[in-house]
Amino acid sequence: MSAAVRPMANLRSASGIPTGRLGVWWVIASEIVIFGGLLASYIMHRLGHPEFGDYAAHTNTWLGGFNTFVLLTSSLSAVLAHHEAQRKNGQKAFVYLWYTIGGGATFIVVKAFEWTAEIQAGYTITANAFWGFYYTAAGLHALHVIAGMVCLAFVSFDARKNEELHRVELIGNYWHFVDIVWIFLFPLLYIAK
Amino acid sequence: MSKYLLSTDHKIICFQYMLTGMAMGLIGAFMAYVFRMQLAWPGSDVPFWGQVSPAEYNALVTNHGTIMIFWVAMPVLIAAFGNLCIPLMLGADDMVFPRINRLSFQVFFLSAVVLIASFLVEGGGFGGAWTAYPPLSAKAHYNLTPLGSTLWVIAVGLEFVAFLLGGINFVTTAMNARAPGLRMFDMPMVVWMIVIASILFMASVGPLIAGAVMLVFDQTVGTGFYDPATGGDPVLWQHLFWFFGHPEVYVVLLPAVGISLDIIPTFSRKKLFGYKTILYTAIATGVLSFFVWAHHQFVSGIDPRMANIFTVTTVLISVPLAEMTFAVIASLYGGKIQLTTPMLWALSFWAEFIIGGITGIFLGASGADIYFHDNYFVLAHFHYTFYPIAIIGTFAGFTYWFPKMFGRMMNEALGKIHFWVSITCYNAIFFPLFFLGLAGQHRRIYSYEHFPELALPEYQAIREFATTALIIMLLAQGVFFFNWVWSMFKGKPAGKNPWKANTLEWTTESPPGHGNWRHGEFPNCYRGPYEYSPEGREDDYWPQNEPPEGHEERVKPAAAPA
Repeated sequence: MSAAVRPMANLRSASGIPTGRLGVWWVIASEIVIFGGLLASYIMHRLGHPEFGDYAAHTNTWLGGFNTFVLLTSSLSAVLAHHEAQRKNGQKAFVYLWYTIGGGATFIVVKAFEWTAEIQAGYTITANAFWGFYYTAAGLHALHVIAGMVCLAFVSFDARKNEELHRVELIGNYWHFVDIVWIFLFPLLYIAK
Repeated sequence: MSKYLLSTDHKIICFQYMLTGMAMGLIGAFMAYVFRMQLAWPGSDVPFWGQVSPAEYNALVTNHGTIMIFWVAMPVLIAAFGNLCIPLMLGADDMVFPRINRLSFQVFFLSAVVLIASFLVEGGGFGGAWTAYPPLSAKAHYNLTPLGSTLWVIAVGLEFVAFLLGGINFVTTAMNARAPGLRMFDMPMVVWMIVIASILFMASVGPLIAGAVMLVFDQTVGTGFYDPATGGDPVLWQHLFWFFGHPEVYVVLLPAVGISLDIIPTFSRKKLFGYKTILYTAIATGVLSFFVWAHHQFVSGIDPRMANIFTVTTVLISVPLAEMTFAVIASLYGGKIQLTTPMLWALSFWAEFIIGGITGIFLGASGADIYFHDNYFVLAHFHYTFYPIAIIGTFAGFTYWFPKMFGRMMNEALGKIHFWVSITCYNAIFFPLFFLGLAGQHRRIYSYEHFPELALPEYQAIREFATTALIIMLLAQGVFFFNWVWSMFKGKPAGKNPWKANTLEWTTESPPGHGNWRHGEFPNCYRGPYEYSPEGREDDYWPQNEPPEGHEERVKPAAAPA
């Protein structure tokens, strides 16, 4: 079947829920258990190792807090992009999607500065189990941010041509998920000292 | 060529998965042959291999397990049959995400390449057992395969990603791409079981993906997630592994159950007994499978009170599976049973799986497991569970849908020869291993000559017997492959519906053309899939797409989508 021709199966909606939305929800469900496993492992370690609190004291709560603000704000622009997409205003949705991408880029840049300072201070991934979890969990999350930015860019170019506007909602849902994961990571890695 | 390599057609992707899975199956079977030869005649040259070193033995055992579960059972039972059956049985032309479907296979194929490459790097293939317990798996100075062990984890990780993509497609397709009038409770069992298995996989594999990332970091970067010396915990891996590993049994079991449950009513010409009850018990099995994982860890220092809880949940899971078995018996009772090759495979699935299930109760009991753990009893139980799933389930499905896939019938005489030799040899291989286990013969031993108390002649005779049976069984597969190739070209033309079955895939051409049905001829659905020998009808079957007769009450199918 040619990629350009949509199969009839793609057009059916026996459940009443759009197929793309269903697919993204399943993606998010499977991602939740990945981060769930990692965070559960961290929490179990954290409970048995009170010294993790001392290590966490060396994280930069202010930069972490700033990044939380940036990521939450980028979710707001994703919502506004969805709103514009519903109104069939692809041009405006394009602009809001790039605000979201900008938020993601800011998040990554801040994280790069943060990690550089920590690594220079000797807090590397091999320093101890806390820093191992810190870099693994935050790194896996950062990879999801980058993947989300790439997808946002693809969706935005279609949106600018007023094509595939339903995808604005789908990528927005994914971006909110990435946001929510950070909402869990931030207190666990930065605040629980 | 690119038509086949880059196709998004679900039938092509089915063949790609099936051929890759079967090729990997041959590799996995060859590995079994080599290490069983070493066990039976230790130290002698193994034909087509030569001397087996201890490191090679470990790598062969490890990768035999890994390949048979992740590169044979999953790609064939879930991916190949999922791709074949789901769109056809739902009356659709393809999956809802065809390009993701293709990507799923491509990632899977890459994972197979990475796994095979792990044998070719310095140090050779990973030999830390398919469960990859740290610290053995985590540090190169323990496992002596610095790159092989990392490639092994990466290959398994890629395979998981492939099946996440595939699973999302299967579940979404079953939810949305059903023919007009086809309700969820009209879906054939195999579709249901693949959907439940996909959801189980998605829900269970995440923690292990996270655990695999940590394991790779332990291997390559030098972190200590699983190393007590740096504050890590090796038992953490066991929890993450078995939280996935036990539901994984049901991930591959349920599609095989679905295949057999579709075949049995067709060849007993009777309605499937307890359709909804079977579905609810399958869901119950899936849910319960998340609460049994620690029965793999009874000897890992688990609190005995916790072990009691896991003993109860483990034994409890036999209840829904027993119910399914009784449903099979009830579906056969009073039927006009036709012992075709697919039916023989489908029936033998239950006969053999019962032995695996009953012996599992011994291992689920924490007290008994302390003795049985890691001896040949476990190994025999495990193979009595997985062989019916992976091998019998595959042959049942393959021989049943062969006419649909290739448009011709398989040769029944050759099919039966293959069945009887395989099933006899399989029992000859694994049943004696229960006795080795009861005698305390430990598994994962390269040569029993180093342990005089374990190398008694009677035990060695059992090992030789089992290995001889394995060689005969492997040779018998030549009959199957000959039958496959010969029947593809010379078999009797099958027509649309050679088995006189009800489900929608039998309402289109064999093999189905591009898009499965001609445009405008997509089927509607009027009834469930198991209406065999209905009262008042001349025919003993009633296809799902045949319009209602007389006063038959049924919701009229909704209009087809634009």
